[in-house]
Amino acid sequence: MRFSPWSTPVLVAAAVLITFAITAGPIIVAGANPIEAYAAYLVVPLTSQFTLLEVLVSATPIMLTGAAVAIAFRAGYWNIGAEGQLLLGAIAAAGIGTLVGGLPPVLALPVMVAGGALAGAAWALVPALLRIRFGIDEVVTTLLLNPVALLLVNGLLHGPWRDPETGFPESPRIAISAEFPTLIDRSRLHLGFVLALAVVAIAWYVLARTPAGLRLRAAGLSPHGARFAGINVSRTLLGAALVSGAIAGIAGVSEVAGIQNRLTGGLSPGYGYTGIVVATLGTLTMPGVAIAAVFLGDLTVGASSAARSLGIPSQLGAVVQGVLLLTTVALLALRRTRARRTDAGDAGSVSGDIAAEAQPG
Amino acid sequence: MTDSAPALELRGITKRFGDLVANDAIDFDVRGGEVHALLGENGAGKTTVMRIAYGLTQADAGEIRVGVRPVTMRSPRDAIAAGIGMVTQHFALVRPMSVAENLALGRSTGLRLDLAEAGRRAAVASERFGIRVDPSARVIDLSVGQQQRVEILKALSRNCRILILDEPTAVLVPDEVDALFSTLRSLVAQGMSVVFISHKLAEVRAISDRVSVLRRGRLAGTVAGGTDEHELARMMVGRPTFGVERSQDAAGPAGAPILSIRGLHAAGTHGLSALSDVSLEVAAAEILGVAGVSGNGQTELVDVLCGMRRPTAGSVSVDGLELSAASPERMMRAGVGRIPEDRHASLVGDLSVAYNLVLERLDDFTHGGRIDEGRIRDHAAELIERFDIRARPEDPVATLSGGNIQKVLLARVISRDPRLLVVSQPTRGLDVGATEYVRSQLLARRAAGAAILLVSEDFDELLALSDRLIVMYEGRIVGEMAVADADVERIGMLMAGRGMAA
Repeated sequence: MRFSPWSTPVLVAAAVLITFAITAGPIIVAGANPIEAYAAYLVVPLTSQFTLLEVLVSATPIMLTGAAVAIAFRAGYWNIGAEGQLLLGAIAAAGIGTLVGGLPPVLALPVMVAGGALAGAAWALVPALLRIRFGIDEVVTTLLLNPVALLLVNGLLHGPWRDPETGFPESPRIAISAEFPTLIDRSRLHLGFVLALAVVAIAWYVLARTPAGLRLRAAGLSPHGARFAGINVSRTLLGAALVSGAIAGIAGVSEVAGIQNRLTGGLSPGYGYTGIVVATLGTLTMPGVAIAAVFLGDLTVGASSAARSLGIPSQLGAVVQGVLLLTTVALLALRRTRARRTDAGDAGSVSGDIAAEAQPG
Repeated sequence: MTDSAPALELRGITKRFGDLVANDAIDFDVRGGEVHALLGENGAGKTTVMRIAYGLTQADAGEIRVGVRPVTMRSPRDAIAAGIGMVTQHFALVRPMSVAENLALGRSTGLRLDLAEAGRRAAVASERFGIRVDPSARVIDLSVGQQQRVEILKALSRNCRILILDEPTAVLVPDEVDALFSTLRSLVAQGMSVVFISHKLAEVRAISDRVSVLRRGRLAGTVAGGTDEHELARMMVGRPTFGVERSQDAAGPAGAPILSIRGLHAAGTHGLSALSDVSLEVAAAEILGVAGVSGNGQTELVDVLCGMRRPTAGSVSVDGLELSAASPERMMRAGVGRIPEDRHASLVGDLSVAYNLVLERLDDFTHGGRIDEGRIRDHAAELIERFDIRARPEDPVATLSGGNIQKVLLARVISRDPRLLVVSQPTRGLDVGATEYVRSQLLARRAAGAAILLVSEDFDELLALSDRLIVMYEGRIVGEMAVADADVERIGMLMAGRGMAA
């Protein structure tokens, strides 16, 4: 392939550099040296084993929600509801987790993961059906179901599931056999990370190598062309929406079984929304999602340590993340505009822009 | 009646796209009060040079003058300010908005949007230019032909002095072409300049004062409008052309009908009736030509046969198999090969040629649950060779020229050896070479015993290929005849809805 200054890796790298330039201002205002701050954000977390493993812990849920969002977006289904689907997976995990105490982990964990996936898919079902049957915009419906899911969590925690021993709004601790084992002693890195890598690998294989994956990509790139070629686009969208919801649900299971060991109100600080950022930065490809998740995990861990070492507000990490998203989207839009101006022909579809080099996975 | 001073002058325009030289030092000028045609095959660089004049593309070298003043065209805004208007092949309309709103968008300067005024202007413009469009209709509901009429209206209503038309007649029928030509004549009579891009010799000769011929990015020459057709064709293609002719002794229609349609009704995009009580049959080895002004039900008829639109009543059967309201997949399984008018939308532009060629039957190219990339590539290489597609298997379809896109669609369809071919506007926008190729492929399928339903607005094409003709008007079949008895005058009347009484 010929080198192009508008190829996706170059574009994302440019977005990172522009982001650094833009956020240098706020960092200086906060009283820190930007170079030191970026070193603290990105390099320092990678220099000790403990923080390195914490980076992977932070990357785990957003790698899953990122994969969930990317699969849906590739199909042309704009699932903004990964947050709610994650919470439903968490509810299912917390419920099942207290019931499977009698089972060995080999049975308990798959049951819990499957239950969480089903719950996430179920939460994704109604918006998908409304879209397919009545053409109701899924961006609105999936988004609006997110606060509903959070209310459901809080309703449970302040009602039937309130911890009977402490009286805190937290569900009872799940059974020991339902907890994800840690991968390395004296760290929080748990089975969920392996699960996330497995999901990304399987999703990559399905998208790149199977007929179902090709149909999904075709439906996303050109619904009319795909339908004309005999592909059942409605069924493809439904499948993508449900798989997306299931993966987001697994992210919820992972947080309950790997980190919290119970359902809590603060289980997800917006992992579903961060998944959209991860999917976009990863340009909707699975390898990209894995890299972007680790990158944002790095930034998250770095931002909290920079708050301690440099005394800059930890919220600046979120500012950097937000600016990075805007810069990336802006550059992708700029590429699309250039494509329109230079080609007389078709500028391509929306999902085609973002996965513009038609990467298979 | 032409002034001598050029209204628009291009000097030494050069444009490269990568290795391709789209325009090589082209000199062109159009004077006040003349129609100057740009003639050439697809890919000759006609559109590129005019896109440069309109600011849509920037030249690598060369100079643009309006009047005698050098002008830099950074965007169409500059061109519009210099009094240049252009109707491109790809429409620049806001599809969810009404015709009147689109016209108002092109004109509004103040803060107030006077839709009533825009509607009135649209009606006046429609009347004056003989272009019939409902100002309150939403663009999204209009046919391709109607949308182009709106584009022409929009450009004309901007008070430009130099109007560039990029293949404006591609979607018009003879009557409308005549109306457009009389419009253009009245415009140039008032001192306006018209640049007319086309690859149709007869049209160019009918309307032009001068003709510039482009061949492979270079100016082959500028000659008077009355120049002999053969001479123009020779300049355009650099070789004498041979039309595709159906050999008269070839096997003709025979046996029971392959396609049989009875009392078919279907609704259009707007929910209004688009097809009423259509009944027809096509036999093996027969080409049934469908004539009509665009927007008279042909699109809906083809959509139904492609499995893309559900009929509201009636029956469709192929080889005795009942296929009313069948999905695209069932239509394909029944042996229906489909080449609709919007060839871009019938493929997935961002996917490769190889994938598009197998998209209809992925299961045949799957091994152990996994796509067999090797066989897909071999299959593509074979079809690329057989159908002379100028592309590599891995090229995204969207990067291909119109002729090659059509060949991809043709290869996908014909490689499955269909019993019935449903074909709409198969050569619209294609150059002479690609047109001949597509027509000869259709005739080869006829010779092989396929039934073919051919919808076309190219009269010569219908007459050259069809065994029998039907004419559609307002969703009905208003006439039918053997092509040997076809009388162009009468068909024209039928198409215009004036033939019923005769």
